[in-house]
Amino acid sequence: MAKIIIPTPLRKFTNNEAKLEIAGSNIEEAIINLTKQFPELKTNILDDSGSIRQFVKIYLGDEDINTLDKGHTPINDSSVISIIPAIAGGKE
Amino acid sequence: METTIAREQDLSKAELERYSRHLILPEFNIAGQRKLKNARVLVVGAGGLGSPLLLYLAAAGVGKIGILDFDVVDESNLQRQVLFTVADVGKPKVEAAKARLEALNPHVKYVAYKTKLESGNALDIIKDYDIVADGTDNFPTRYLINDACVLLGKPNVYAAIYRYEGQVSVFNNLRQDGTRGPNYRDLFPSPPPPGLVPSCAEGGVIGVLPGIVGSLQANEVIKVISGVGEPLDGRLFLIDAFSFETRTLKLQKNPEQVVVEELINYEEFCGLNLIEELEEVKEITVKALAEALENNSNIQLIDVRESFEVEIASIGGDHIPLASIVEQVAKINADRDVIIYCRVGERSAKAIRELEQKFGFENLYNLKGGLRAWSEEVDTSMAIY
Repeated sequence: MAKIIIPTPLRKFTNNEAKLEIAGSNIEEAIINLTKQFPELKTNILDDSGSIRQFVKIYLGDEDINTLDKGHTPINDSSVISIIPAIAGGKE
Repeated sequence: METTIAREQDLSKAELERYSRHLILPEFNIAGQRKLKNARVLVVGAGGLGSPLLLYLAAAGVGKIGILDFDVVDESNLQRQVLFTVADVGKPKVEAAKARLEALNPHVKYVAYKTKLESGNALDIIKDYDIVADGTDNFPTRYLINDACVLLGKPNVYAAIYRYEGQVSVFNNLRQDGTRGPNYRDLFPSPPPPGLVPSCAEGGVIGVLPGIVGSLQANEVIKVISGVGEPLDGRLFLIDAFSFETRTLKLQKNPEQVVVEELINYEEFCGLNLIEELEEVKEITVKALAEALENNSNIQLIDVRESFEVEIASIGGDHIPLASIVEQVAKINADRDVIIYCRVGERSAKAIRELEQKFGFENLYNLKGGLRAWSEEVDTSMAIY
């Protein structure tokens, strides 16, 4: 199963798990399986039509999936998927 | 970096001696130092990231440094904002920063802007600088800085932090072929709606993290100015200080990204104008609550903060964290007044809205200003956090 790295702001929806093993043959399946396992994650990653939200990036290794085959990008047991959310802190 | 002849200044004897460790550094040497001296950098936000940024850019000898911030130094800043000391508490940040930096390096020209960067003043301020370093703490200002830099053709050295995690990149960098590298909108076309991602003030931050990330940011500013090394253009650096894992991801221009043509209303773009439209909840002031408690009124008091916050300061009552308020609804009285509180009154208002919507409660009151107001107006011996 592919590994998926959960960023700090979203860990409250994954029982504080930072890394998870997720089944699926491509990115879309992995994300759907992830949000099935942790339903509260869904609104933070996907919009109502099921597309990746504009303030979140999904990476496979060091590549943005938008530059690959988006949701259809195939994955395997050695894949590392990253969810990168917009964060704004700095001055506070 | 190109600088105009009119601004070209050479290094004095004192400066040559001061910067000797740069001058003997292969690749960097006197050419790099001259570029620093002739460069103008605007640092937006004199806080966690701004502290190491300003200290290192001043120490390194950047010719002119703009410091922009509207805030005053608060006691709780000192845990990470190493630019300031106890004596600075209560002073405007830009003034305290300027005094500290002048003591560190008098060869630099400092310009203080005690203001908020807005669509109305951004272009006018940024046009006088070669590079902007973004050390702000909110999405509207981050998109504003990005768009202003795109419009004016300035590189934007970006960093952001959350709890233990940091991001760094160099946006809108001028490349050798004359094109510009990706910008913030290529990374995130639009911001999360308010409330979805918690702010630093809500989420906390480990004090060293802005030191690490702001130092990386300062290093990128120096690289962009001097042209030495490979700036983080087209790449996004991520650090998780909790696990000590770092990643450098590729960042490309998004061909579908709309072209920035003018500055917009960024509060509206970030949905902040919608906040006021949230349903009002009934409120009680801290003074009224203090009286009610003194008179042993028949009320229920509920604290919706996290367990670790209760240890810092508390005024008692039942403890039901916001996340489990719906689950534990049976504990909430329907037949007497219920006062709900948190740190500043935002989470408690959220709890009330949810309870009213889902269960039709009509007896819930929000403690206005939360424990912060309580510690200011009722019990000054209680710690403010």
